[in-house]
Amino acid sequence: MAVTTYIQAINQALSEEMERDPLTFVMGEDVVLSAFGATKGLIDKFGPTRVRNTPIAEAGFVGAAVGAAMAGTRPICEVEFASFFYCAFDQVCNQAAKLRYMSGGQAKLPITFRAVYGAMGGAAAQHSETVYAQFLSVAGLKLVVPSCASDMKGLLKSAIRDDNPVIVFEHGALGGRREEIPAGDYLVPLGKGAIKRPGENVTVVAIGAMVPQAIRVADRLAKDNISVEVIDPRTLIPLDEEMILSSVEKTNRAVVYDEGHLRGGAATDIAALIGEKGFDFLDGPVRRVTSLDVPIPFSPPLEKAALASEVRLEAAIRELVGR
Amino acid sequence: MDLGKDILLDMYRSMTRIRLFEAKIRDLATANEIPGFVHVSIGEEASATGVCAALRKTDRITSTHRGHGHLIAKGGRLDRMMAEIFGKRTGYCKGKGGSMHIVDFALGILGANGIVGAGLPIATGSALAAVVAGKDDVTACFFGDGASNEGTFHESLNLAAVWKLPVVFVCENNGFGEFTPMSTVTSVKDIAVRAQAYDIPGHIVDGNDVLEVYRYASEAIARARAGQGPTLLECKTYRWEGHVVGEQAFLGAASYRTEQEVSEWKLRCPLIRFDKFAAESGKISAAELARIKTETEAELEAAIKFARESPLPDAAEVTDDVFTE
Ligand SMILES: Cc1ncc(C[n+]2csc(CCOP(=O)(O)OP(=O)(O)O)c2C)c(N)n1
Repeated sequence: MAVTTYIQAINQALSEEMERDPLTFVMGEDVVLSAFGATKGLIDKFGPTRVRNTPIAEAGFVGAAVGAAMAGTRPICEVEFASFFYCAFDQVCNQAAKLRYMSGGQAKLPITFRAVYGAMGGAAAQHSETVYAQFLSVAGLKLVVPSCASDMKGLLKSAIRDDNPVIVFEHGALGGRREEIPAGDYLVPLGKGAIKRPGENVTVVAIGAMVPQAIRVADRLAKDNISVEVIDPRTLIPLDEEMILSSVEKTNRAVVYDEGHLRGGAATDIAALIGEKGFDFLDGPVRRVTSLDVPIPFSPPLEKAALASEVRLEAAIRELVGR
Repeated sequence: MDLGKDILLDMYRSMTRIRLFEAKIRDLATANEIPGFVHVSIGEEASATGVCAALRKTDRITSTHRGHGHLIAKGGRLDRMMAEIFGKRTGYCKGKGGSMHIVDFALGILGANGIVGAGLPIATGSALAAVVAGKDDVTACFFGDGASNEGTFHESLNLAAVWKLPVVFVCENNGFGEFTPMSTVTSVKDIAVRAQAYDIPGHIVDGNDVLEVYRYASEAIARARAGQGPTLLECKTYRWEGHVVGEQAFLGAASYRTEQEVSEWKLRCPLIRFDKFAAESGKISAAELARIKTETEAELEAAIKFARESPLPDAAEVTDDVFTE
């Protein structure tokens, strides 16, 4: 096992999968120099045919990835900040997501999209949004939200091998987090959640960067004998319903913790699942702790007030368990 | 074009305000006194200044992520800009926007923007509004060479051309989009030639010569105001600083341009060029220029003091202004 950052894990996954399959290639803005480091050095290993800087033209190059996938290659397409997906919405939602179905199963769309999401401190509303919920109701996309370096590596490798369009969301604040990751060809299947911290009294389903926060809250509450189980679904589509429901069956209480918005958000989606299929397990209402339904503001005190926080998570858990 | 002394001094003041403000912002960001991403436009002062000097007060502009210069040139107050960049309640956007998102509707500044290429359709719409409302206001749209590869550029030029809208598209070509040289991602050497595809005038302008910028901008603005439609101006220029303040931290040893290229462009400094023009024309004395610099330094000091002493927004303000009530 080697100690690796979240960003290095991306780099390793890309490098290994490009080594493995000559029809994979990387494209996006500034992927050659790679400011954040995810694609650093790939140009030296794989050359300019397979590592391509695109113009600043999201609709164009995202659409080109769709075409390249339909024509038999396996593009890995970087969209820098996930908010820039809005510039390419048609190509993701009308084209990549729908063309297999609409062609009666003829088209195969093995595309991996990578993008940075979430608040990272003063980046303001157009560079801080948690946007995966916007894709939840577009049938035909798989959504991956890794919370740590090892999951990033294993999930990204699975995403690249998947024959469907998959979006891998990388939280901007997790980039430097270090962790030991398994050596070798490490894969994490899409659709399999993880129990990040076992517990008895309450289930917290946490997404992406909220997972390490939820673990910290759980550690704190343990001192008051409140035992929290932290579940990381790891992929939102497909969703590991069984893991979530069996945890709630054990704890009888559920909080969903997400940095996205409340209305129409991922927390709302998962809470509905628990309410519908886990109703008989529950001792109280399912709580959702999310960011406020406002664009993420620039100024630090406003940003802090807008974002989902450990304080609000802890309060929600305490209220549910009554202490 | 024989320009009066007042407008010449105004343009010098504008370039000086931009230069000093940007240098200060760079230093404050480097010292971690400013949150978020900060993009400065040192070296590109002439394009913002020359265009805005040719606009009327009621005319409008759209700007970019590298927008401080455009805002200052259109009359933006340094204190309220500085306060916004510090995230203070007294800032132009009450701390909600920050460096990349400053707006002042009273001055016709429809806003800087964090999304590359987003200003082009907005400027087109602003020009449309003038036509619909029966006003003769013109909109100037600033954007980079990188933005000219976005679909929004092409859609906007076509739309503005077919509807003959009063808009001037001002491409500030500084040769790079982030760390990617323009030549590797752009099919043309000169963005101005793209005007031909939409059957509108396109001109290459020395973007470091404020007088040349002013001349071309005046003509394009007059054309727009007369209902003859849009023009594309390409101001050739260069950014002296990094794409974003602090980029060395993540670029490490990697570089995307040579020191020599940067120093060559510094020789073409828009302010030094103006100094030379002033001396040669005999219209303006060195003392007059020095006085403007001193006054601007004082204005900037006051702006920083204002920003530092202003209160941060209260957490309760987080839900204000989501909707118009
Ligand atoms: C739609 C969109 N894509 C990508 C980015 C990231 N980005 C910010 S600035 C920039 C480069 C812009 O280049 P250019 O338009 O030439 O302006 P310059 O930075 O050179 O002033 C990029 C790619 C963005 N903010 N928005």
